[in-house]
Amino acid sequence: MDNRVVVTGLGVVAPNGVGLTAFTDAIKNGTSGIKHDPLLEQLQFSCQIAGKPELSDDFIAQYFTALELRNFNSTGILYGVIAGMDAWKDAGLTITEGDEPDWDCGTIFGTGTSGIDKFRESIYKVDDLQLRKLGSTVVVQTMASGISAYLGGKLGLGNQTTTNSSACITGTESILMAYERIKTGQATKMLAGSTSDSGPYIWAGFDAMKVCTYKHNSSPEQGSRPMSASASGFVPGSGAGAMVLESLDSALKRNATIYGEIIGGHINSGGQRCTGTMTAPNSIAVQRCIKGALQNAGIKASEVDAINGHLTATSKDATEIQNWSIALNRKGSDFPYINSLKSTIGHCLSAAGSIECVASILQLHHDFIFPNINCEDLNPEISDAIDFNRIPQQLLNTNVNIVAKASFGFGDVNACIILKKYAK
Amino acid sequence: MDRAELIARLTPIIATYAQDKDAVASINETTDFIKDLKINSANLVDVILDVEEEFDIEIDNLSMERMLNVSAAMEIIEDKLKTK
Repeated sequence: MDNRVVVTGLGVVAPNGVGLTAFTDAIKNGTSGIKHDPLLEQLQFSCQIAGKPELSDDFIAQYFTALELRNFNSTGILYGVIAGMDAWKDAGLTITEGDEPDWDCGTIFGTGTSGIDKFRESIYKVDDLQLRKLGSTVVVQTMASGISAYLGGKLGLGNQTTTNSSACITGTESILMAYERIKTGQATKMLAGSTSDSGPYIWAGFDAMKVCTYKHNSSPEQGSRPMSASASGFVPGSGAGAMVLESLDSALKRNATIYGEIIGGHINSGGQRCTGTMTAPNSIAVQRCIKGALQNAGIKASEVDAINGHLTATSKDATEIQNWSIALNRKGSDFPYINSLKSTIGHCLSAAGSIECVASILQLHHDFIFPNINCEDLNPEISDAIDFNRIPQQLLNTNVNIVAKASFGFGDVNACIILKKYAK
Repeated sequence: MDRAELIARLTPIIATYAQDKDAVASINETTDFIKDLKINSANLVDVILDVEEEFDIEIDNLSMERMLNVSAAMEIIEDKLKTK
């Protein structure tokens, strides 16, 4: 029989809060982590605001040795290691000592790129005929699987240790893949999550595509406006989210805190057919993904209490709401509560799914719906489809039993996960 | 430069990468980088780069391959300093 899979540890490095306590407070209060970024201004970006986690050197030194920090230049690995190790610790797990790894624990930790600043540094050296001066630190920081390799070594993981990559669904996908591995009995515990590099070299391509807002350089906290009539593009962000998934048997045996249960999900692609392109979703595929997730979880659409959307603050937000409405066959005042974390942290790209899943699990565990900010002027296409009060502007303390969380990404890929409050 | 001074300048470089910190305290000419100091083999190339910078020399590929212990390192450094 399949294992039930529960969440027993959480870790987060987000622009508006590092660590569970700070992050929970920030999302409950609608605290924005979006700031003006002088480097983006200096480099003449159209969008000069961004969401970056703030980490002091002393704090970083708690997670990395002095040797590891020598010539270290990968923000993605930095955020991912901190979030991952925090989740491990939060789950009450210890680090495997000695010669034997823990064969039943692994990680699926995704990213879009790895160590883009390290890559840039290396390319300059190579072109300057200084290749031999690269030393030993380039490969492990720039290989896509750098983050899972760092975590695997630090924690002594002996099960599958890999990195997935699928644009903005990466984090949601990593959790669903880790879920499958435990469900089918191939691992007992999996550290699942994702991370994203910070800085101009990761964000430049999006700026050049004109998908980021250029209208809020002097009002950063108002810049990220999912579902708003005045949404004008996303605000780039970065960070990492992580969770320990565990078989229910294992969690009960060690009397672990259970934050919630993963009861199913679905991943698909629109194949870049119909309305789908490299950069736009095929709505039919989005609807199938949501319906597929409900079916996989064995729940009815009416049981969904809240949706944590992808909702990036572009013109596509209304399309997303319509797709949810069609897939769930719910509209107006019957529509579930919906929120977008991007209003306070921006779009953390490959880290978005995992950070948003951490926020979704926190809502289940603590019974609240975090507020959306910057959508007091709701997009009329959205207000035509669903009631204004379905989009909380203030913290809502209410019983939350089931959250549906979806992510959509470039390449016309979709992922939807169904999270439920744990009950025997 | 006498050998004591050479070891004194070499020690902090090696100490950075040594995982056996106790062994660093007793570094001598017979100390092996990997066996005694537990330096990760991937870091040997970093040791060499740091040595090059400290002594302002360039170490060729052939010498790099045999720079696995303190005595080889000293020999190579002395040799390169002579031909500078």
